[in-house]
Amino acid sequence: MDWLTEPFQHEFMRRVFVGGALIGFTNGFLGAFVVLRRMALMADSLSHSLLPGLAVGWILAGGLVPSALFGGALFAALAVALGAQLLARNSRLKEDTALGILYTVAFSVGIVLIGLFKVRVSLMHWLFGNILGLSDTDLWMIWGISLVVVPLLAALQRPLLLTLFDPTVAASQGIRVNLLNSVLMIALVLTMIASLQAIGVIMLLGLLIAPAATVYLLCDSYPAMLWGGGVIGMTGSCAGLLISYRLDLPSGACIVLVLGLIFFAAYLFSPRYGLFRKLRRARHFHEESLARWPAAAPGDGGEKAP
Amino acid sequence: MSPRASSFTTPHGLAVSDLTVSYNRIPALHHIAFEVACGQCIGLLGPNGAGKSTLLKALAGLLPHETGRISFHGHEVRGSTRDFAYLPQREAIDWDFPTTVHGLVEMGRYLRVGWWRSYGREDEQAVDEAIAAMHLQPLAHRQISALSGGQQQRAFLARALAQQAHVFLLDEPFTGLDKPTQDNLRQLLRELRDQGKLIIASHHDLPSVSHLFDQAILLNGELIAAGAVGEVFTDANLRKTYDTPTFAGPASHGHHHHHAHD
Repeated sequence: MDWLTEPFQHEFMRRVFVGGALIGFTNGFLGAFVVLRRMALMADSLSHSLLPGLAVGWILAGGLVPSALFGGALFAALAVALGAQLLARNSRLKEDTALGILYTVAFSVGIVLIGLFKVRVSLMHWLFGNILGLSDTDLWMIWGISLVVVPLLAALQRPLLLTLFDPTVAASQGIRVNLLNSVLMIALVLTMIASLQAIGVIMLLGLLIAPAATVYLLCDSYPAMLWGGGVIGMTGSCAGLLISYRLDLPSGACIVLVLGLIFFAAYLFSPRYGLFRKLRRARHFHEESLARWPAAAPGDGGEKAP
Repeated sequence: MSPRASSFTTPHGLAVSDLTVSYNRIPALHHIAFEVACGQCIGLLGPNGAGKSTLLKALAGLLPHETGRISFHGHEVRGSTRDFAYLPQREAIDWDFPTTVHGLVEMGRYLRVGWWRSYGREDEQAVDEAIAAMHLQPLAHRQISALSGGQQQRAFLARALAQQAHVFLLDEPFTGLDKPTQDNLRQLLRELRDQGKLIIASHHDLPSVSHLFDQAILLNGELIAAGAVGEVFTDANLRKTYDTPTFAGPASHGHHHHHAHD
């Protein structure tokens, strides 16, 4: 029992767990939209394009100034997202190709800037996260962003549902599809910035989509995807943090590993869409089949039931 | 002709005047005009590429029109309206979407309820009634990919009913259905018709037209004929519709509409 409770006796660790739980819930909740909208690649691109923004923020402010890092990351991610749309619209390239080019270029720009300007931050922290470096400012930012993103998306869940299901028909019924897509994009970038410190640029995507993908394999309910994704994200984050603290391993990797295990369990054992269910032989409904025929056996001239 | 000059002889119905819709400046529909009263099943006929889907999408507000106007009950329809429900072709739907028949029909209700107001008992009742009207009660909690083609059509019709749509726009609803399922859908559409709804469906099987529809609109990029099936279905009209190359403007030139605005 000590193994579980001891970390919570430290004031610092309690804060870390609160931060982790919040990030986990927000990412899991938002992940449903990313999975259903099939924008995982887009989300991955955005998370990678945070890096040059962080570097530029550090260089301009001359150090780890949270507002500069925040502004830089926000700007870089939006620039890549809008740039990809522009590139796709003005050439015959499709958006996935445009995104792929832009985000790898942006990521490289970030790496080069960090080298050129001797940015004295461990690149590893930005890439893989270090929740033990969670400052008060980071925690406030996590609270602020979570309390904007989750209520906003919860309030918009009906029009978002119609947009996700069929954007053209939703638009024809007077739903402002483009506005909703922009809201979703901004919520995504904000959530990523909030999660950066704990998870890092590379593994953000796992925390974002694994919980929703898990629920997607378990049931056919849209609200369950949102709230269930949030709960799985939150639980997985806390479990991952505990393991990371106990075994002295990087927090981001531990969180994503736990979520990955939950996902694969659902993939294999989901009662509805799991692999094992598919492999198991279906029951043959012989009795039910025979019961449909009132007289004798089929083929004996018995009248077919309606 | 000025688009504003058209008159409406059927106040309770749909009037289309001078409608042109183009893709990349190539007209898919060229100056279409017709008027239909509500309470009818209308078949939209023509060869592939004649603009059947384009007309349905333009009516649903999914495509912008270059010229012309669409009026419903004497009022011009601009952009989107919840009175119109468009039932897309099967391929346009993500059947793995996490929703059941009940959830799908609820979506139609959301359009009426608005985003903020709570979803009340009467909404629940409207959903149940729509499901019952389409005989889907036993399937209400099935995921939508676990339905047959005919059941999927009915689920979307139920959604349109819950939305309280008045005009039902269906893209090839009878395609791929066997005879009993076709008859079942025909019966359901007739029930909607008898409630005063307007049903417009694209269709490509000529022999079944008189069985399925009250009126027909023959399209070939341009309007060939519109009216009661018996009157419209003449050899001359059918030859015109199916044996003439589809109108696509002067070859290799863009489409200009100076003549439409004078």
